[in-house]
Amino acid sequence: MKHLLSTRDLSREEAIQLLDIAEDMAAVNEREVKKLPALRGKTVVNLFFEDSTRTRISFEAAEKRLSADVINFAAKGSSVSKGESLKDTTQTLAAMGIDAVVIRHGASGAPQVLAQSGWIDAPVINAGDGTHEHPTQALLDAFTMRKRLHGTGSRGKGLDGVKVTIVGDILHSRVARSNVWLLETLGAEVQLVAPPTLLPHAVDSWPVSVSYNLDEALASSKPDVVMMLRIQQERMHDAFFPNEREYSNLWGLTQERFLALPAKTMVMHPGPMNRGLEISSAAADSPQSTVLEQVANGVSVRMAALYMVLTGEREVTHD
Amino acid sequence: MTARAIMQATDMHRALTRIAHEILESNRGAQSLVLLGIPTRGVTLAHRLASILESIVPGASVPVGSLDVTMYRDDLYQHPTRSTAPTEVPVSIDDATVVLVDDVLYSGRTVRAALDALTDLGRPKVVRLAVLADRGHRELPIRADFVGKNLPSAHGERINVRLVEHDGEDGVEIEEAVTA
Amino acid sequence: MTNPNLLITGATLPDGTRSDILIEGTQITAVGSGLSSAHAEKIDADGLVVLPGLVDLHTHLREPGYEQSETVLTGTQAAALGGFTSVFAMANTLPVADTAGVVEQVLRLGSEAGYATVRPIGAVTKGLEGVQLAELGAMANSRAQVRVFSDDGKCVFDPLIMRRALEYVKTFGGVIAQHAQEPRLTVDAQMNEGEVSARLGLAGWPAVAEESIIARDVLLAEHTGSRLHICHLSTAGSVDVIRWAKKRGINVTAEVTPHHLLLTDERAESYDARFKVNPPLRRQEDVLALREALADGTIDIVATDHAPHPVETKDCEWGAAAFGMVGLESALAVVHTTMVETGLIGWKDVARVLSEAPARIGGLASHGHAITPGVQAELVLVDPTTRRNFGVDDLASLSHNTPYLGVELSSQVVATIHQGYLTASNRAIVDAESVAARAQAVLRG
Ligand SMILES: [Zn+2]
Repeated sequence: MKHLLSTRDLSREEAIQLLDIAEDMAAVNEREVKKLPALRGKTVVNLFFEDSTRTRISFEAAEKRLSADVINFAAKGSSVSKGESLKDTTQTLAAMGIDAVVIRHGASGAPQVLAQSGWIDAPVINAGDGTHEHPTQALLDAFTMRKRLHGTGSRGKGLDGVKVTIVGDILHSRVARSNVWLLETLGAEVQLVAPPTLLPHAVDSWPVSVSYNLDEALASSKPDVVMMLRIQQERMHDAFFPNEREYSNLWGLTQERFLALPAKTMVMHPGPMNRGLEISSAAADSPQSTVLEQVANGVSVRMAALYMVLTGEREVTHD
Repeated sequence: MTARAIMQATDMHRALTRIAHEILESNRGAQSLVLLGIPTRGVTLAHRLASILESIVPGASVPVGSLDVTMYRDDLYQHPTRSTAPTEVPVSIDDATVVLVDDVLYSGRTVRAALDALTDLGRPKVVRLAVLADRGHRELPIRADFVGKNLPSAHGERINVRLVEHDGEDGVEIEEAVTA
Repeated sequence: MTNPNLLITGATLPDGTRSDILIEGTQITAVGSGLSSAHAEKIDADGLVVLPGLVDLHTHLREPGYEQSETVLTGTQAAALGGFTSVFAMANTLPVADTAGVVEQVLRLGSEAGYATVRPIGAVTKGLEGVQLAELGAMANSRAQVRVFSDDGKCVFDPLIMRRALEYVKTFGGVIAQHAQEPRLTVDAQMNEGEVSARLGLAGWPAVAEESIIARDVLLAEHTGSRLHICHLSTAGSVDVIRWAKKRGINVTAEVTPHHLLLTDERAESYDARFKVNPPLRRQEDVLALREALADGTIDIVATDHAPHPVETKDCEWGAAAFGMVGLESALAVVHTTMVETGLIGWKDVARVLSEAPARIGGLASHGHAITPGVQAELVLVDPTTRRNFGVDDLASLSHNTPYLGVELSSQVVATIHQGYLTASNRAIVDAESVAARAQAVLRG
């Protein structure tokens, strides 16, 4: 795997290989010595043009557990906030001899632009770009689902026939996009539930079913997984829905809706959660909630992703 | 491409039985023994060895685990990305006699990686190495303590170890070098 | 010093007949076979098609204010290389062309450079802000004789301002060229709203944002009895609205860009910002509808929307990149590739949509005439058989933001004649000093 830019680029075999490697990384993360020498001597830069302490820490832990040297680059307060371009920043890093770039950027497609630019000859991992994709989040979600469903027997398995309902701001969600493509690749059945204002105009071209009515959707599909998406603060004042109360009433996983779910339905959320808006505390803190597992699994999945893009026969030249 | 049979199922069983006896002799019994196979076929061989050991020493229980060395290899950039395999160590290896088990010993690099991997898991009293076949061509100062069969071979040849659990039959064969 | 006479031999006229053309001074003096002239410089046009010099109703020359992107000189050099002998320069410069002073400056720079007739377009509103009318009368009565007014780059959004502007320019026979983009429906919009934008996570630019403004404005034009021109139609729906309006007798004309005749929104999949343009590239259905509308006359003209940008505004992430692409040098080849080679139109139609109609809409009496004795010598010679992968070497613009790098295009401009002298010859521009000297000679008479 040369880069990890989009879950659309992953074949079923590659995705399962990555999840299987992540299984082994999860075992390492439970050991006393949580470290492997695989990326010794490699330098990975975490290039964060957008604040995300959670994602950055998760990648950093993954990198360190694989013995890579880590450089954190946050755009805020740096030359970037003074107008330095992505190109200049990247070429500066390239001159330092970077072996891989983990990039979080507010602009959709920035990781792909970086990967195909020739500004730097290094694998690129997309850690979230604009409203495009967040592939490692989708992979850790898939890993979490597989682990809950199959436990120690997860290895080698897809998510065939697993019913996943994703609820919320699909239009602006990179998590939703990456999940839709990956879940389709792994054989899951995906249903999207959102107000029409928060669905992409051409959502009918996606491999999903769509509903506007959360109660009907939950009742009719009896999903194995309900994934609640975060409602961003800035959406609340732009006429996507009348107000928070109405959103929560119609599309939130309220206590009442949660209690009506089958006891084995997983409740997922990529975090950070708006409790009382898209998800009730009853749902978030229940044993059905995978929120903390998702965080733990994030490190394992990112270790697997780093290992897969950095090892192999790729020619890496520094001069 | 032609393959030449070197060991049959009975040869293999006889070799493993002999290795089991040698292990017992060097360890003066089955106490504190832990067998760690190197995936994939090393793990299967470790399980077979354990049951032979348990049949020789009535009442003995020999723990078997697997030790994946992928992340410790020194050739991660010379091959396509390798998948990992589980590492499962059923008991503490501190102060134990760990016998690493693999199918073929060649350059010694896998064993070197295994010794590093072991270091991250604990501190055994001694570490021994058992292999079904030793084909020579060592690149590191490593030797096996227990060898099923020495198989002098040319660089271009391949040694295929076939096990019922994976391949439907037991046997070892040498595949001739492919000449262009 | 007067400019040498030119004798073009064996050229194929738009109607398909072969003819010689004699140019003396700034005029065509004879068209026919077997012409000879002792002192004329001869141009062998065997196998070449001759068209009236192309007229671009929609060019961004960037001067004054953005000279790192383009200047009047380099922009008109690009025009000459593309076969254009006149360009209408859009008003979104710095300062904005909203006063007589700025439009006269652009006019002067154009006539000094000598590569093409530069007709400045005046802003509709002061500073393109859409609030207060610019000095439309002063620009119309200035030496620049402005007849086309546009806030291009921005839409004249306020319906009352649009109504007033349409009415007011009737005073001097002007036309409002509308950049149809409903601003609220396109906040932060990055590309055509559809399957591709949904997948790429780029904010969508719905077709309705263009169509709703066009619908409003044709109704305003009908109500006021004014003349309206719609810039760069990009959707099948816009074509339907224009077709409806024309059938109703509304005085509206419409343009399409070469890139909207060829490229679709799938180009954005690479996030290569060279394909970022306003209005955005649309779906294949739209491309086909635009071609059909150009062929049947619903769309009157092709205009380039030549929009030069320096490399750093394109060599970056899509969201941060500038909108626009250069187009003067490639326009004729793209029209040939998409419209002529496909059999949709012939050379006479090419002359109509790239010369006659834009000159008429822009009120440019000196250009856009059939090739006959007595008209000003504004001509372009085209080799219809050339096929080439378009490259940076095919550009004369200061900026290289073309979407056609590596794209195979058919036909090539061999020579361009403006006011009786060559501005491009042997498939390259004539040097700036010679052209400026020839232009001076014309001015002195
Ligand atoms: Zn425009």
